[in-house]
Amino acid sequence: MIRTKEQESAPMLGFWLYLMTDLMLFATVFATFMVLRHATAGGPSAPELFSMKTVLTETMILLASSLFCGLAWLALRHKKRTDFLMYSIATLLAGAVFLAIEIQEFAQLVHEGFGPSTSAFLSSFFTLVGMHGFHIAIGLLWGIALLIMFAKKGFGSSLARKFALFAVFWHFLDIVWIFIFTIVYVIGVHA
Amino acid sequence: MFGRLSLDYLPHEPATIGAAVAMPLALIAIAVALTYYKKWRWLWREWLTSLDAKKIGVMYIVVAIVMLLRGVADAVMLRMQTALAVGDNPGLFSVDTFQQVFTAHGTIMIFFVAMGLMFGIINVVMPLQIGARDVAFPWLNSVSFWLFVAGMILVNGALLFGGFSNGGWLGYPPLTELQYNPGPGVDYWIWALQIAGIGSLLSGINFTVTILKKRAPGMTLMKMPIFVWSVLVTMVLVMISFPMLTSALSLLALDRTLDMHFFTSNMGGNPMMYINLIWAWGHPEVYILVLPAFGIYSEVVATFARKKLFGYKTMVAALVAIMFFSFVVWQHHFFTMGAGANVNAFFGIMTMIIAIPTGVKIFNWLFTMYRGRIRFTAPFVWFMCFVVTFTIGGVTGVLMAVPALDFQIHNSMFLVAHFHNVIIGGVVFGYLAGITYWFPKVLGFRLHDRLGRWSAYAWQVGFLLAFLPLYALGLMGAVRRIDHYTDPSWQPFFIVSAVGVLTIALGIGLFVLQIGVSVWQRKKLRDTNGDPWDGRTLEWSVPSPAPHYNFAIQPTVSRIDEWWYQKKDGVARPTRNDYKDIVLPKNSGLGVAIGLLCFVFGGAVIWHLWWLAALAFVGVIVVILVRTFDENTEYTMTAEKLYQEAKEARV
Amino acid sequence: MKKYRVMFGVAATIIILSLLGYLLARTGHYDILQPMGDIAKQQRNLLYFALLLCAVVVVPVFIMLGSFAWKFREGNKKAHYKPEWSENKLLEVVWWGIPIVIISILAVVAWSTSHSLDPYRPIASNKKAIEVQVVALQWKWLFIYPELGVATLNQLPVPVGTPVHFTLTADAPMSAFWVPTLGSQIYTMNGMSSQLYLIADHAGDFPGYTTNINGEGYADMKFMVHAQPEAAFNSWVERARGSSQMMDAAAYETLAKPGVITEEREYMLMDDNLYSKVLEKYMAPKDQQMDHSSSTMPVMEGM
Repeated sequence: MIRTKEQESAPMLGFWLYLMTDLMLFATVFATFMVLRHATAGGPSAPELFSMKTVLTETMILLASSLFCGLAWLALRHKKRTDFLMYSIATLLAGAVFLAIEIQEFAQLVHEGFGPSTSAFLSSFFTLVGMHGFHIAIGLLWGIALLIMFAKKGFGSSLARKFALFAVFWHFLDIVWIFIFTIVYVIGVHA
Repeated sequence: MFGRLSLDYLPHEPATIGAAVAMPLALIAIAVALTYYKKWRWLWREWLTSLDAKKIGVMYIVVAIVMLLRGVADAVMLRMQTALAVGDNPGLFSVDTFQQVFTAHGTIMIFFVAMGLMFGIINVVMPLQIGARDVAFPWLNSVSFWLFVAGMILVNGALLFGGFSNGGWLGYPPLTELQYNPGPGVDYWIWALQIAGIGSLLSGINFTVTILKKRAPGMTLMKMPIFVWSVLVTMVLVMISFPMLTSALSLLALDRTLDMHFFTSNMGGNPMMYINLIWAWGHPEVYILVLPAFGIYSEVVATFARKKLFGYKTMVAALVAIMFFSFVVWQHHFFTMGAGANVNAFFGIMTMIIAIPTGVKIFNWLFTMYRGRIRFTAPFVWFMCFVVTFTIGGVTGVLMAVPALDFQIHNSMFLVAHFHNVIIGGVVFGYLAGITYWFPKVLGFRLHDRLGRWSAYAWQVGFLLAFLPLYALGLMGAVRRIDHYTDPSWQPFFIVSAVGVLTIALGIGLFVLQIGVSVWQRKKLRDTNGDPWDGRTLEWSVPSPAPHYNFAIQPTVSRIDEWWYQKKDGVARPTRNDYKDIVLPKNSGLGVAIGLLCFVFGGAVIWHLWWLAALAFVGVIVVILVRTFDENTEYTMTAEKLYQEAKEARV
Repeated sequence: MKKYRVMFGVAATIIILSLLGYLLARTGHYDILQPMGDIAKQQRNLLYFALLLCAVVVVPVFIMLGSFAWKFREGNKKAHYKPEWSENKLLEVVWWGIPIVIISILAVVAWSTSHSLDPYRPIASNKKAIEVQVVALQWKWLFIYPELGVATLNQLPVPVGTPVHFTLTADAPMSAFWVPTLGSQIYTMNGMSSQLYLIADHAGDFPGYTTNINGEGYADMKFMVHAQPEAAFNSWVERARGSSQMMDAAAYETLAKPGVITEEREYMLMDDNLYSKVLEKYMAPKDQQMDHSSSTMPVMEGM
């Protein structure tokens, strides 16, 4: 059977729909965070906990990662093997650094005695930010899998399709992070 | 190493010990039978690893019917207890057992019966109705099913070891928090729903893409069979609402396992947040269950009245309206929480508005019967029982939607009667009608009609006996979920209700008997031409049982009820050249593997076996990677082979 | 006669069930339909009104279902058969229209009664409402009369004809306070105060319940409203004030431990701030500083 164009585009549609459900998931956790962000139960609040400098660094690194991801996509479109390899490794490295900083930040908080069981506010903070971090970790695994696939088979129509999905996912996580950055950190620290 | 596993968690009450012994024995008996008849290989190859949507659908339905038996056994226990336990009589069960049983009853009936029947029927019917050979993502479909099974095993596993939640089917905190409920019961409940719920979410995506991308050429959205419309609308609801269930359950699980404070009553937690989240999912869920049933009724009425469905466009509009409004009504589940009068009034009025499109659908069905030629087969009898039952439920629903009235009848037996009214009348009758209607398409023979009608009558009478007394009890001030009471004047009502439940159990018995008798008489009941009911839609254009590739030749569509008009107009017989090679998915055992690993993961978290949970989680990722790297997942069926098979089927 | 068999079957079933229902229904006493207070009475009337309004749609549906099914059965060859007839603008307007009209009427009623019967809305009366603070415990009800200096367990004496203002909280999983004969129930939750106004218009003993499951003793968590003439109530208050049992912090701590108590008790109230203390138990230290004096929290509004 010859596949119709409609059916070829099914995975992309499916993936977009999945992202919408993921967005709903984030939205409900965001809503929970909004409800609980002042419920500090006598514990520390956002301004006492967060260092804007670290968070700004994190944000820049994640944005850079997204940029590399876009460049990798262009390289793939133009079938430039070395460029693709370079940019996609850069994408993953930046993602890994972001994740490392986040884990370090979490460890720091827990070390200071402000873990997720301290208050409802910190529960929702760790969960919301941690959930994003978990997505990043899954994305990193996925990216590595794609690189292995690339190493074995090189470009092929299948890699382009799979990388396109990954790229959408990666940009999606970027957008979610912008929301976290704004709501959790900027508004949290300044309001 | 062993988490909180301890022998203290073995069941120690007669009722639970009985179940805990009977269940493994039944499983062992099945295993022995499979070994004796050397059917393991057949089971694995033909069923468990199959990616054929029809087979996955049949497996869903089988699991759901087994769970229906469990759920009804629970119901019988509940009503036996309340029939006896008045005054000093303690009845049959301890309070804890009773509370676990009603929690299990609700959880199982919604998640593992209603959802199972729904996904089962959709899997069987929807691809056939849109002229597709399969769903968009066959392997994902298998994963969804096995996640459903994993959840089902966890729910029932609680009986064997550790006990189930006693917090009601929606498990409101803070009752379900560690402070009041430190045992594993609530965790069983959380992880069973979580795992099955993620399966449902994946199915939602899968079916939506299938409907949007895999319809036969010519089938525009407004030419889809109405059942497919109902599935599309339902799957949109699934995609929007199930993430909210996932997050509500996850946050509760975090509270319980990592000592967080989302919904605890101290440290700033907010239980009301949970109640909002769970009902923001829970109300759409009700429509998720009932809309496909509405679709089934539409097909059944049109077919057995031998008449075009009245007001197709109105039906679609009503479905879409219900979909929209189902998201702005959730607060009506807790009018009594003390929100302001404006908030209550808003949600109350939104709720009532849903009654309008629902009422319109009923009128459309009635006028489909008008000037038809009605055959009173079992599916049609189910439909008539539905109209009677569902209409009563609709009325009591409108009553409860008036906030000032809800203040009086909320959480009373009146509420219990109301939601059984709509769920049994709307959902269960619909899916039983659907199973009867489409049975020959999958198995190649019809179900015994008279036994089917008897089953419907028993359900209907049993329903009235079981639930009308509960309305009366509600008006007397009996609250839900009580295991004993002091007022002796309530007892006669509870006794009648118990008789009603037994009558319903008889109805289920007749349904199972019907399947048995039909298998026995399958030669007599054989469907020879693939179109036993003089059907209207594409599924009746292929032989019964439908071939695993559904259609030998890709059908094209130019109108609603395509097959009905093709039969009238006559179509040319296909020639050898009309057959083309087709690509089909190969079987895969990896779906089973994911289900198994998720079951292990859930069990490990429940018992705090962190190393095992981590292992299972890594296992899931490995399986997904294996599948991603596997490029050999499809095979080609040649045109020649299709042609030969079609020729044989015609002879 | 075969074609009439179904009709006979249906008719017989309906008659038998109705007879059975009638006999059964006579034995019950319907707290909601026989209200003893103004709120419950208005709600009862609302129930009848809404039911009648729904009957406008439901009765025709049942008649049509039965008659269409009978008339257009396959065996009846005399009936018109129009397999293609599937659209009629006028009819569709009618059955969109009728439900819309009915629901519109009901919506107006729902809106106005949501306000007039709002649990938070004081009952108009020339008498000052009696203050009662309610604490739902695992599994018993503590009622505090702060102005009268008494407290009770599982019993709620009130004077006939005087509005009662309840302020409710829980020192237990979420519970709900409901007296069917008096009307409106409301949830009770940790660290939060909900409010409710009720009135008893007749003397008598009326049972009250929790409607929300809160653990093992749920079914036993009941109380009795003793509505009595004002004079009787006043003399009860005098008596209770002299009770040998005291309600202070220590007595409360003992009472608050999980366990079923079904007996009715009365106490002399030793601690006027007991209710606020129960409420504050679930508030974080910081919130307490901010909101120390007030016993009601505005959290509820808008949730």
